[in-house]
Amino acid sequence: MVNVEINTDLAREIITGFIRSEITRAGLQRAVIGLSGGLDSSLSCMLTSEALGPENTLAVLMPYKTSSPDSLEHAQLLIDQLGIQSITIPITPMADGLIDQFPDMDQVRRGNIMARMRMIVLYDQSKVFNGLVVGTSNKTEIILGYTTLYGDSACAINPLGDLYKTQLRQLAKAMGMPQVILDKPPTADLWAGQTDEGELGFTYAEVDKLLYLLVDERYSPAECVEAGFSLEFVDKVVERIRRNHFKRVLPPIAKLSNRTVGYDFLYLRDWGT
Amino acid sequence: MKLKIALAQINTVLGNVQRNLAKHLDYAEQAVKQGADLLVFPELSLTGYVLQDLVPSVARHADPADPVLAKLLDVSQSIDLVVGFVEEDVRNRFHISAAYLSDHKILHVHRKVYLPTYGLFDEGRFFAEGDRVQAFHTRFGRAGMLICEDFWHASPPYLLWLDGADLFLFTSASPGRGLTSDPKLSTTRWVETINQAYAGLFTSFVVHSNRAGYEDGLHFWGGSTIFNPNGELLCQAPYHREALCLAELDLNQLHRTRARLPLLRDERAMLVQRELDRILDVNAHTLGKET
Repeated sequence: MVNVEINTDLAREIITGFIRSEITRAGLQRAVIGLSGGLDSSLSCMLTSEALGPENTLAVLMPYKTSSPDSLEHAQLLIDQLGIQSITIPITPMADGLIDQFPDMDQVRRGNIMARMRMIVLYDQSKVFNGLVVGTSNKTEIILGYTTLYGDSACAINPLGDLYKTQLRQLAKAMGMPQVILDKPPTADLWAGQTDEGELGFTYAEVDKLLYLLVDERYSPAECVEAGFSLEFVDKVVERIRRNHFKRVLPPIAKLSNRTVGYDFLYLRDWGT
Repeated sequence: MKLKIALAQINTVLGNVQRNLAKHLDYAEQAVKQGADLLVFPELSLTGYVLQDLVPSVARHADPADPVLAKLLDVSQSIDLVVGFVEEDVRNRFHISAAYLSDHKILHVHRKVYLPTYGLFDEGRFFAEGDRVQAFHTRFGRAGMLICEDFWHASPPYLLWLDGADLFLFTSASPGRGLTSDPKLSTTRWVETINQAYAGLFTSFVVHSNRAGYEDGLHFWGGSTIFNPNGELLCQAPYHREALCLAELDLNQLHRTRARLPLLRDERAMLVQRELDRILDVNAHTLGKET
């Protein structure tokens, strides 16, 4: 059977070192994180707080009028446990400023607007707090493209992007995440009753094992079927990965010159530091 | 004879040779104070690792007159040094090189022979391959240097062994990868395993100096090691962070181990050569044909 378990001590040490290194190399000591009260953003806060200290970690709570009250409660639980700084900035007025202009707007459009409003608030707080935005996207959602481009995916550094959701849960548990956050079903909380697994049509436990074979172990789709996954499920996931690849790359630039950003102008971000 | 080796498991500033040089001088001063005879820096220690388009701007000739090497050569009057740098050859090809400096001389330069260009690696895009694997004399006996991917292949350490090296000086900037439920990354486990194996197989000292720190999302795991000719671990630097790690090598261990286990005496290099000639000859004839 596919085993995606990780050594959480090692993950914790490498990730906290990464956060410290990348933020101090940018000439800063602080970080801001959009905290929903869910698993991913809570873990991002825990790791950042451990890396930089609670006084240098700002959790930004950005509820919309339809957000579950539980979310705020769970976020507060985590803030109190870690002793990190926090601020609450409701996005209802700014989001509704746009949403109200289109009475027939569907849920997906509204969800995308909320995610992008939160990005605006977060980057504004980044300037005020003098800290980088630390991301909360995990490997499962990055590979599936289950994310709003320039919304929840926007960040300066991402400590969680190489951990599948089930691995992230394992790390969260090892780091002492409040049980109530560990136990609740994952949701983007963009509308009432929304759950990730309901929307995706499969569970993280299932898809993480499949992704591990496809991505990490370089199995072909046919080999995944041989390993026991249904052909329909494999096809659906493979097509989803391909279709959403645009969310994982910078916009392509039309090449004209001898040297073009993205093709042959190659430097790490840490250049010179 | 005793040899006190220090491993400079450093982090680097990406593309800033002057700041890295300053760290080299600082580590050398500390190592001298602690009585070390030889200080080994990791791969590309003067430049950082993921250089990409910075390669031409940090390159230098392996020339004693080069101002950076000149400073290190001054230090080499008090302590032998292995340093990593981008070397530009006379025809302007760029190499990942390691230089052995001693008593104000560049005793040897090794140009990385195997440039990993797969997975997260892109060295073949930016660098030229070295074409030599040679041991060289030091004041502690005959030594050989290899850089990272060079010793993921079995043949370069074997060649150094046959060329007389008793002291293997390996350098790396090894990005950690392969997180599983094991307490070590799969890269860490593999590098430690092969270094220990080379020490035992070649009944020699195997020294490995690895990088620490991060470059963007890449993490260099440190954990530098020295194994003795019995394949026993003499010292290991901590994982993940910078360290200066010292160990005293009793070079007479070569005598004792090889008295017990004469693998070098019994090695049949001519047989290897005959079989290689045959294999390469056969392959040359069958190239492009279905077998």
